[in-house]
Amino acid sequence: MSILLHKDSKVIVQGITGRDGSFHATKMKAYGTQVVGGTSPGKAGQEVAGIPVFNTVRDAVEATGADTSIIFVPAPFAKDAMLEAIDGGVKLVICITEGVPTLDAVAAQRYAKIKGVKVIGPNCPGLISPEESMAGIMPTNIFKKGHTGVISRSGTLTYEVVCQLTQAGLGQSTAVGVGGDPVVGLYFEDLLRMFQDDPETDSIALIGEIGGDAEERAAQFIKQHVTKPVAVFISGRQAPPGKQMGHAGAIISGGSGTAAGKVAAFEAVGVPVADETSEIPTLLKKQLGR
Amino acid sequence: MKVHEYQAKSFFASYGVPVDRHALCRTAEEAVAAYRELGTGKAVVKAQVHTGGRGKAGGVKLGGSEDEIRRHAEAILGMDIKGFTVDRVLVSEAVDIAAEYYVSILVDRKSKCPMMMLSRSGGMDIEQVARETPEKIEKIVIDPVLGMTDFLARQAAFKLFDDMVQVKQATKIFQNLYRLFVEKDASLVEINPLVKLGDGTLKAIDAKMTFDDNALFRHPDVKELFEPTPEERKEQEAKEKGFSYVNLGGKIGCMVNGAGLAMATMDMIKLYGGEPANFLDIGGSSNPEKIVEAMKLLLSDKHVNTVLINIFGGITRCDDVAKGLIEAFKTIETDIPIVIRLTGTNEAEGRALLQGTHFTVGTSMSDAGHKAVELSKQH
Repeated sequence: MSILLHKDSKVIVQGITGRDGSFHATKMKAYGTQVVGGTSPGKAGQEVAGIPVFNTVRDAVEATGADTSIIFVPAPFAKDAMLEAIDGGVKLVICITEGVPTLDAVAAQRYAKIKGVKVIGPNCPGLISPEESMAGIMPTNIFKKGHTGVISRSGTLTYEVVCQLTQAGLGQSTAVGVGGDPVVGLYFEDLLRMFQDDPETDSIALIGEIGGDAEERAAQFIKQHVTKPVAVFISGRQAPPGKQMGHAGAIISGGSGTAAGKVAAFEAVGVPVADETSEIPTLLKKQLGR
Repeated sequence: MKVHEYQAKSFFASYGVPVDRHALCRTAEEAVAAYRELGTGKAVVKAQVHTGGRGKAGGVKLGGSEDEIRRHAEAILGMDIKGFTVDRVLVSEAVDIAAEYYVSILVDRKSKCPMMMLSRSGGMDIEQVARETPEKIEKIVIDPVLGMTDFLARQAAFKLFDDMVQVKQATKIFQNLYRLFVEKDASLVEINPLVKLGDGTLKAIDAKMTFDDNALFRHPDVKELFEPTPEERKEQEAKEKGFSYVNLGGKIGCMVNGAGLAMATMDMIKLYGGEPANFLDIGGSSNPEKIVEAMKLLLSDKHVNTVLINIFGGITRCDDVAKGLIEAFKTIETDIPIVIRLTGTNEAEGRALLQGTHFTVGTSMSDAGHKAVELSKQH
């Protein structure tokens, strides 16, 4: 089994009539994702690439039985889109949108917790269970079905690592981009637990970066709860303090959140950290005895 | 986005958070006039700069006469504090301090909620307090659904005060501070110190606010306070074009799509013995004009002797990138070597377009990295 997203997951696309929404809805459908509908207020009855459009998430969920929603709406409207999805009856919400105000994300995450809905993002590339389903903006051709779980704060860096895993013969069970903002949904600990419990997953690649202390907490979590091999890469070793490195969450503030601190936290619990992305497959294979 | 102390105090005052009496001055004469106007025996002259550690740098001075205030203002105006030139000072009444406290509100990544931080060790470097004596800092998580309820604000107030006279004042202050934090989309509001005066009243004698850049679109009143340094101006101009740019001072200019990959690229250059010139994330959904702008930005840095373009397609299509590159080099004359690595969505189309050009093509990220470092060293 993969985690979170499977062959039978039914996905709706919020903002399906927009440029990004329609482009990626088409790509997801082509990959085999069951894209059962989309929403765009006032455009019910239309179709995008053969996918029916609804006015509201509730309408879409009632008509299609969707359990997952992916959001492609501009940042000022992302909070409302997340709230609508959480309220609308899906179990998993993925918000791709970049530039969402932090307090908007705070409100959405709080509502998700109250309603028991899982959220991935905002500011994320989504997730993929290779050869089953993809809900995101990922280039599907680099992924291969297999047994390595991938968790990452970045988009393109995830693709870089996955490309190398695939070339080294390490396919993926599920790859999740958790998002680059300070406040996002599912994070390292949640996903480490899911991969640890997933019988199809035999190893985990974790890609962190500067800012916050989630990597430090992940290191402690691995020490206590994860028995499967883990390899880590941390980006931002050359980042100057106080500068936001693209992602809103990637900033060293007051001496905390440095790459060095995160590398040390993993090494202290015996989790190997790669100096460059290309070392990750080797570090996993060594632990897997291959 | 950062604002000055006097600007933060003006937000505080308009939200009912009591602040000391103060006046903003741009010359020593204005400072003396402000001192006269305050009519207090003693006053403090404080540099207004976008950095901490003003006191240690000599940017905060107490004076008790017009002469002293003039001398302090003259010394502080024009002073350089961590690369910032002081062009404004705040002249504030020197208050009768009985005790100092620390109060701040920020967003806690772990609980995904606003969090208040409180300490009876006010007036000190809070990061030092957090490192050395973490038990002296109290943290209160605020449920965004409920907000700063009476009971929660009171609970916070009791962390700092034992006497109801102060608890009542602090409760109101904390609620107002939270309202300010939320309504203006701040990422930090900080009072260090909040002081108890001899007569038992509470006042903020310093104020710090930073704002969420992603929320500035709905706060024109905050946005107009933006005062970029030359470096921040360059970063801001890049941002308006859809880029994230940070200068690193090295020789290899980097153009990458995605922040994580851009960081990994600069880390890799350093690991291979080169010097990255910058962090540049050109973002998703790229078009040729964007690539042209990105190239111009890289080449405007005269230290750059090699450019490494590392594109992994996701939302970015490689053929768009390739077209953009070809377009860019029709308008930009440069003899700087360009190393390109393209892979991902529409990769074959992208590579085909680059066939027969003068670019050095890397087959993988690490191959392109080695080539760029090599070319940079030959210069």
